[in-house]
Amino acid sequence: MAYSEKVMEHYTNPRNVGTLNKDSKSVGTGLVGAPECGDVMRLQIEVDENNVITDAKFKTFGCGSAIASSSLATEWLKGKTVDEAMTIDNMDIVEELALPPVKIHCSVLAEDAIKSAINDYRVKNGMEPIELAKSHH
Amino acid sequence: MELPIYLDNNATTPLDPRVLEAMLPYFTNKFGNAASRNHAFGWVAEEAVDYAREQVAKLIGCTEKEIIFTSGATEADNLGIKGVYEMYQDKGNHIITLTTEHKAVLDTCKHLEKAGAKVTYLAVKEDGLVDLAELEAAMTEQTILVTIMYGNNEIGVIQPVKEISAIAHKFGALFMTDATQAVGKVPVDVNADGIDLMAFSAHKMYGPKGVGVLYVRRKNPRVKVTAQMDGGGHERGMRSGTLNVPGIVGLGKACELCRLEMDSEAARLSALRDKLQNGLTVLEESYVNGNTEHRLPHVTNISFKYVEGEGLMMAMKDLAVSSGSACTSASLEPSYVLKNLGLSDDLAHSSIRFGLGRFTTEEEIDYAIENTKNAVNHLRNLSPLWEMFKEGIDLSKIEWAEH
Repeated sequence: MAYSEKVMEHYTNPRNVGTLNKDSKSVGTGLVGAPECGDVMRLQIEVDENNVITDAKFKTFGCGSAIASSSLATEWLKGKTVDEAMTIDNMDIVEELALPPVKIHCSVLAEDAIKSAINDYRVKNGMEPIELAKSHH
Repeated sequence: MELPIYLDNNATTPLDPRVLEAMLPYFTNKFGNAASRNHAFGWVAEEAVDYAREQVAKLIGCTEKEIIFTSGATEADNLGIKGVYEMYQDKGNHIITLTTEHKAVLDTCKHLEKAGAKVTYLAVKEDGLVDLAELEAAMTEQTILVTIMYGNNEIGVIQPVKEISAIAHKFGALFMTDATQAVGKVPVDVNADGIDLMAFSAHKMYGPKGVGVLYVRRKNPRVKVTAQMDGGGHERGMRSGTLNVPGIVGLGKACELCRLEMDSEAARLSALRDKLQNGLTVLEESYVNGNTEHRLPHVTNISFKYVEGEGLMMAMKDLAVSSGSACTSASLEPSYVLKNLGLSDDLAHSSIRFGLGRFTTEEEIDYAIENTKNAVNHLRNLSPLWEMFKEGIDLSKIEWAEH
């Protein structure tokens, strides 16, 4: 299967690879997927007092599309408020990266990772976790 | 050195230019139908087919009359297994095979199960080899066929065919082997190995695609298969259909070259393969899959833990290899062959198969080692699992959100 140019670009020059301090109260961490399934994403956000995401980092074990999806997600997250981040939909990622149907699960995983990171941040800061729709895969 | 480098010779091999040269006249001037008995065009074609039959027979130590030309190994597997099942139904309905066989064998067996066959799918040992005691224990009076591959297409392990055929014969069953990966690469002798039926194809040994062979023993015992294709009664009635003369000529030439060059080529390839394997297993947490002692000379299958195979292949962009990763298949399931070795799913996802060939050079191998090492390191820097491993976190203790 040939990859789209955008997938190749993110894959070759992934943005925001790295690790934030998961013990910090201002950091939310989402770890989704499973090694047995061939993809695991860890996405982290750092949130300031105005509820704005000031930093985002990822590490991903998975195929090129999974790496590109998480790289793109971190790019989109930075500068958004947490509420705005909640509205990122996996189909936006599919469209931006021109993912083929067989790779849609990579975008779903990225959306799950975003929501899971937000919930981790919320719970750490005394807020209720947001009820998540059962992931579609 | 030209990029990309082809290291997927278990999938297919390039056509040797000497083979192409032998084939060319049979597309144009010498276009006759080998079954046309009444004119020179037919005779020329028939003569070429007869000569190819000799070349093939010489490689595997049989007689020309035991060679049935087919469209490839998949057809030969189908003809051999279904043909034996139908021909020997009065004797029994039990077939024994391995879980790590090629789909051409497994799915043919599944097809026969629907028709009333009893099939035993033996698990292999951790190194990919059959457990001979288990094989013997599985044999019954109803067993008519044991079909076990010669060399595995994913990990390259070579099964103990002599011992397997001895067990099959002890119980009065026939022994068939899918030798697609082995013929032309290692010495295969149907008499020394006790083989009754054998499938293989030209395009894995520098011949053309679309032509293969089913070897069917004619003496001690005389084996018969029921034809699966009805028509003009070609190939002694076992496989109707106008012979693919240029393809068969190419197969013959390919067999001849493999026979003449096998010893030196196997030594050259295993040295290069070992160089590659040693160059890559210096990486932490890398594991060679399958038995390394009984193995085809040109294959190595390595898992690089904590990186995913398809992602890795993207980073190895100048290398053409293949992976047992689920992402490379439509099914999203990792390689069943690797899983049957007892490999965990994550190691199966992390595997890369390197298949060297006649045109692989040392310069290419040196390049492949560097390219692969860089790719693995690049992806491990991106891998949360690698980071956790380095922090000493036991990944098996984590509750993963399975999806």
